[in-house]
Amino acid sequence: MINFEDTIAAISTAYGEGGIGIVRISGEKSLEILNKIFVCKGAIKNKYLTYGKIVDYRKGSTVDEVMAVYMKGPHTYTAEDVVEINCHGSMVSLNKTLELILASGARLAEPGEFTERAFFNGRLDLSQAEAVIDLIKAKTEKSFDVALSQLEGSVSSKVNEVLKLLLDIQVEIAVNIDYPDEDIEELTYNKLIGDTETAISMVKKILEGADAGRLIRDGLNVAIVGRPNVGKSSLLNCLLRENRAIVTDIPGTTRDTIEETVNIRNIPVNLIDTAGIRETEDEIERIGIEKSKDAFNKADYVIMVVDGSENLTDSDLELIDYINSKKSMIIINKADKESLIDFAHIKTISPNSDIVVAALINGTGLDEIEDIIESNVYGGKVSQGDSAMVNNVRHIDLLNRALASLNSALNAAKMGSALDFAECDIRDAYDFLGEITGNTVSDDVINEVFSRFCLGK
Amino acid sequence: MNKYLMGEYDIIVVGAGHAGCEAGLAAARMGKKTLMLSINLEAVAMMACNPSIGGTGKGHLVREIDALGGQMGLNIDKTFIQSRMLNTAKGPAVHSLRAQADKNQYHIEMKKTIEKVENLDLKQGEVIDLIIEDGKASGVILKTGAYYTAKAVILATGTFLAGKVFIGESVYKSGPDGLAPSTVLAQRLREYGLPMRRFKTGTPARALADSFDYDKMIPQEGDEVVVPFSFMNDEIGDNQIKCWLTYTNEETHRIIRENFHRSALFGGQIEGVGPRYCPSIEDKVNRFADKKRHQLFIEPEGLYTDEMYIQGMSSSLPEDVQEQFYKSIEGLENLKIVRPAYAIEYDCIDPLNLKISLENKTIENLFCAGQFNGSSGYEEAAAQGLIAGINAVFKLNGKNPFVLDRSEAYIGVLIDDLITKGTNEPYRIMTSRAEYRLVLRQDNADLRLTEKGYEAGLVTEERFARYKAKKEIVEAETERLKKLIVKPEQINELLENNGSTPITGGTPLIEILKRPEITYDDTAFIDTERPSLSHHQKTMMEVQIKYEGYIMKQQQQIEKFRRLEGRKLSPDIDYSQIEGLRIEARQKLNDMKPLSIGQASRISGVSPSDINVLMIWLEKNRRMRNGQS
Repeated sequence: MINFEDTIAAISTAYGEGGIGIVRISGEKSLEILNKIFVCKGAIKNKYLTYGKIVDYRKGSTVDEVMAVYMKGPHTYTAEDVVEINCHGSMVSLNKTLELILASGARLAEPGEFTERAFFNGRLDLSQAEAVIDLIKAKTEKSFDVALSQLEGSVSSKVNEVLKLLLDIQVEIAVNIDYPDEDIEELTYNKLIGDTETAISMVKKILEGADAGRLIRDGLNVAIVGRPNVGKSSLLNCLLRENRAIVTDIPGTTRDTIEETVNIRNIPVNLIDTAGIRETEDEIERIGIEKSKDAFNKADYVIMVVDGSENLTDSDLELIDYINSKKSMIIINKADKESLIDFAHIKTISPNSDIVVAALINGTGLDEIEDIIESNVYGGKVSQGDSAMVNNVRHIDLLNRALASLNSALNAAKMGSALDFAECDIRDAYDFLGEITGNTVSDDVINEVFSRFCLGK
Repeated sequence: MNKYLMGEYDIIVVGAGHAGCEAGLAAARMGKKTLMLSINLEAVAMMACNPSIGGTGKGHLVREIDALGGQMGLNIDKTFIQSRMLNTAKGPAVHSLRAQADKNQYHIEMKKTIEKVENLDLKQGEVIDLIIEDGKASGVILKTGAYYTAKAVILATGTFLAGKVFIGESVYKSGPDGLAPSTVLAQRLREYGLPMRRFKTGTPARALADSFDYDKMIPQEGDEVVVPFSFMNDEIGDNQIKCWLTYTNEETHRIIRENFHRSALFGGQIEGVGPRYCPSIEDKVNRFADKKRHQLFIEPEGLYTDEMYIQGMSSSLPEDVQEQFYKSIEGLENLKIVRPAYAIEYDCIDPLNLKISLENKTIENLFCAGQFNGSSGYEEAAAQGLIAGINAVFKLNGKNPFVLDRSEAYIGVLIDDLITKGTNEPYRIMTSRAEYRLVLRQDNADLRLTEKGYEAGLVTEERFARYKAKKEIVEAETERLKKLIVKPEQINELLENNGSTPITGGTPLIEILKRPEITYDDTAFIDTERPSLSHHQKTMMEVQIKYEGYIMKQQQQIEKFRRLEGRKLSPDIDYSQIEGLRIEARQKLNDMKPLSIGQASRISGVSPSDINVLMIWLEKNRRMRNGQS
């Protein structure tokens, strides 16, 4: 459901343009966060631009010299408290500032979320609102109905494991509370503490490497694979032309293999070197498919290009087989020529890939390609890096909330507070995780109580 | 048949069970000329099943009924014979009072109360039809041909409506405990197009006190200090009786298993749906086959009868089998059964057909309460009866419905669950059903509800004055405890004895009382100027001090909940026209016509994305209406 409770933040200027940009924060904690990371002379005054430094309080190091402004709601864009920080340094410092804000209690805003808040808080007129309505509707469908099915299998099964454990705990507490006279084993604090600790470590594991900051810092690794001459360089050139390349001083383990980093819809995308991207005719034999596979292994997301004007070759089929194990897109290129490849056929042999028909030579289909990359990142479909499994900012937010509730439950249990206090927190955690998998039926506990225990007069 | 007018009333209540009594009393006390009708006046507030009031969640309901000016709490305080506070080892939010009642006295006291209330007539008679004019309920017709007119009718028919009793192969039309059933009305309600269904429940055998061997059973005592249900009472006397605990054994289970084929339950004669939380003994043996024993409690039915209730052993097996399996139990070898166990099936309504005020959606001015709405339990029935009574009066007075939401009362949880989610089995309240349990405590039911009951016109001046005094005393004492500084030498011995960390300097007493291991009473010896507080006052204050942090957290959750409840939906919205809603959601929303976004989000089949679409649609509409462009 649309959530207005938390404070959100994002880089609100186009990414990568000259390294100057604004980081915007909106929500209750805006000022609190600014105070935590911003050092200036004197106090921060409402609606005054103030000069100062962004300091990483974790390390004590200065990130950037900035101009910051705090605007108290409701007369702001979102009608909430808003902070805007004008960073003057590089792209890197802009990213670092955002990451620091996220570490201080905000979560990364989803695309359009500032506008969404402005809409619901009555700050837009109807003509502006119409456009926003379409945006939110599209996003709603994407992020709830589709994202659920998109959620990577391993994540959803891991979340389900935690849910099952939390359900067990709740059932035991419920039966202990609601049936005190029945012949049922008392739930001990030791068991409660043990189970809660297990749940905490399970959630932490899911969250490991899944923090939203990583995406901003390191970018998304995308490999472009395919046989020679199918149009990979056209794709690269299109992406570079449309999206100014970012100067690559972003540190990262895959740096040596990064060919180019481009900004696609405000997502830094590292295009990983693959065999075909800069190939020359005489290199064809030497490099071949093997190197594509290499690049493939390093990628979070794979884009495969096939030549639609030719029949699929054995190499194509081998590669398709390969990419089926990853999140991927297949571009059927050269749509300007007569097509020999059947869209439906590709869908059958690679059912989980996004498929785009394009003519990259003249840029046809590029919008769709960028749409898909964007929705994959925000829809939580693409994993980033080997350990990262969750990228959907909403999911990360929910996991973090679940973790906080579980810690609070653990405290209550350790202090020997009554079972029902811990239960409140466990129920919260259960609801947060349930929102990720779409499982929000609240009668689970009661159903389980009756199926598992023999109760009643 | 010749029909004749026998009287004109404002409100008529059909049924005088636990729902009907609260409905009738509330309506009359709020100034309406009210008639209560029952098939048999011996059935007024009859405890057809277990002779007890309260228990987990249910005890909360009784306190809430009491806080609103209802009768149940006062009545059980007058007629209890044993009382226990359950869950005292757990948090204060789930402490639950339960009392064994003198069953007959309970009935007598309630009947006497009703007979003395101004504006209220109680008459014996079977209602066979409603008078409906212009789609509005406007009276009832009795079997005798007599009819009464009214401006609103409340149905609280319990297990009487098309009641059918099952004892083994024997199946016959009957109300509870051998009373006559109501047979004609059920058919008429179906003809009026009300969505009716059949539910089932059951009760165990009653046996004579002298036929138990008490040496073989474990005695169950009441509490040393008896806590009253009603906020109007400070002391209500002592326990009079003991209950007893014993267990079934493998032999019991063998007898039952071998006779499964003779049970109405497995024979397929029973079409009604029974509650999972209250299975018959054959159901328990069947579903939990690996369980070696099941516990049962032996409870006296009253001081002036030898009949004992055998809790945990309801059955629809034939009498000869009952005799065998009861006697196989330790302590029951020489049992003399005087009333056999039976299952009973009855007609009730699909509660999705009700508005939040408990008014029927099909027939205007027809209110519904109790088992008729698909619930189970005396307390659940009484709670609905009270709300239906208040709302019938409000409707006649042209006022908006009296609604308690899920964050205000267990009554709110109960009614919202019934009318929003519906139920597939007789519905029982449980503390697990309440999201805001830490706030919905039994100790603060008056704090939550008495002002509302006063505004509604049901709470008496006397009760209101008592409530205000309690509130003031608790506030004053809390303030005093904040200012009272205790020194280490005064209190460290107590702290150490209770396994609590000693203090190193002067500390306000209130801080020490926040520790779970130190009670208010523990510290009385260092606090000589302490005022004398009643049980109700003391409990509420202590809970508020001890659990302040948790309560604050829950208050924040409630605020969030209220924001969604505050986004109102008009009943005129045609959801089939809202683009973006899924088909299932459109249908469900059109059927239900929820009052708020919050309620819509609890309807099964309405997803979070549907709610987002709805919120967008609402906001868009609001803009259009305001003429912004």
